[in-house]
Amino acid sequence: MSTQTTPLNATHRESGAKMVDFAGWDMPIHYGSQLKEHETVRADAGMFDVSHMTVIDVAGEDATAYLQKLIANDVARLGFDGKALYSGMLNEAGGVIDDLIVYRVDGFAGYRVVVNAATRDKDLAWMQQVASSFKVELQERAELAMIAVQGPNAIAKACKVIHEEWESTVKALKPFQGIALQGGWFIARTGYTGEDGLEIMLPADEAALFWKALAHAGIAPIGLAARDTLRLEAGMNLYGHDMDESISPLSAGMGWTIAWEPVERDFIGRKALEAQKAAGVAQVQVGLVFEGKGVLREGMRVVTENGDGVITSGTFSPTLKQSIAIARIPAGSSGQVSVDVRGKLEPARIVKMPFVRNGKAVFA
Amino acid sequence: MSKAPAELKYVETHEWLRLEADGSVTIGITDHAQELLGDVVYVELPAVGSVLAKDAQAGVVESVKAASDVYAPIAGEVVAINDELVGAPETVNADPYGAAWFFRIKPADASVLDGLMSADDYLGQIGA
Repeated sequence: MSTQTTPLNATHRESGAKMVDFAGWDMPIHYGSQLKEHETVRADAGMFDVSHMTVIDVAGEDATAYLQKLIANDVARLGFDGKALYSGMLNEAGGVIDDLIVYRVDGFAGYRVVVNAATRDKDLAWMQQVASSFKVELQERAELAMIAVQGPNAIAKACKVIHEEWESTVKALKPFQGIALQGGWFIARTGYTGEDGLEIMLPADEAALFWKALAHAGIAPIGLAARDTLRLEAGMNLYGHDMDESISPLSAGMGWTIAWEPVERDFIGRKALEAQKAAGVAQVQVGLVFEGKGVLREGMRVVTENGDGVITSGTFSPTLKQSIAIARIPAGSSGQVSVDVRGKLEPARIVKMPFVRNGKAVFA
Repeated sequence: MSKAPAELKYVETHEWLRLEADGSVTIGITDHAQELLGDVVYVELPAVGSVLAKDAQAGVVESVKAASDVYAPIAGEVVAINDELVGAPETVNADPYGAAWFFRIKPADASVLDGLMSADDYLGQIGA
């Protein structure tokens, strides 16, 4: 498969971005320093090209019933137009096919679903397969670009360059709420950094000009490397690392995304999850703050009093100036653990995530 | 574009070497190596007085995204380490050939440097 590019590819190259392959997409990893970019998002405002992500609109008279079958969270909880929900999409065994955000969009008589780029093909195949028993139409919106602006000043700065008549509407958005606007634009107060901000979907041919306007408004471009450290500090999962089809959401910190009520809603994976709950969930997700030498990395062994676990995402936290990780370990562990760092057992402490929210350390 | 000063010697594991007036050899990692790593956040150095074999692991350098071993390009006793680097690992990005030296070795035989790569050889190898 040839490498895919977003509508902002030339813009990134003009800005001196270092480009890498990400899931078949040619994407900016950083624009000079991932640490500076990370700090910019925590202290001010940064923007991310996330046009590689897959947007799928779901419409039709069975749209609600379809999504209530397809995902573990319940779209009936979306109480008003534009409201968003985070959920896992599970297989029958209760493994995570992908994680996603779904927005209720009354103007489409349905919903907008955003899934990961790396899982696009299998997600679409699965969604089509499940759709065959519902009156529902799925439409991929590959013609849309997506730009996330994140940081304490992101909304104020972005509002300087969006359509004047949208400004009050956008400023009134509540967290996890979006709105469909004219000309194919969709703006939501969501993100993947632990900061306030917006995710803006817009026609691809308008993306480069809008990106430059955001830059002019003082929003710095941020690469995928900082996106990863930001989301990890925010305690947010990355698909394919913190969970996958072999991992239960109950072992990946996603228990809160499973809508068990109403009990008669038979979402895919429900029976498997109920059996896991009845048997007792053996592995759970925790945050780790490192107290040893080095940096925690994905794949390192975690030694606890109840047996071994594994780090699923690890990095140096630019905000905390120490190493942190997301780990999957035997249930019932607390306090201190050890991590096998290239053959040496080094101390780490179990904490409740997130590590950082709105620019400040919040873990306990 | 990676830099490689002409007065230094290089090895393919991306360390540089400089022969000092007292016969010791200062060792660090190259500009190309720090570019590949990105923002360096952690450095581990060998103990002064330890005796390293050629190609033995002498330290660790970790960036936000990756960990990399630092090797002893020549055999000898470690006679000095750059302690300040441990507290300011970002120096590796800012000044890889100057303030960010890693350690100094007293080689058994200084002529071992003769067989190492020149700056041009090294730049050729990394395709710079």
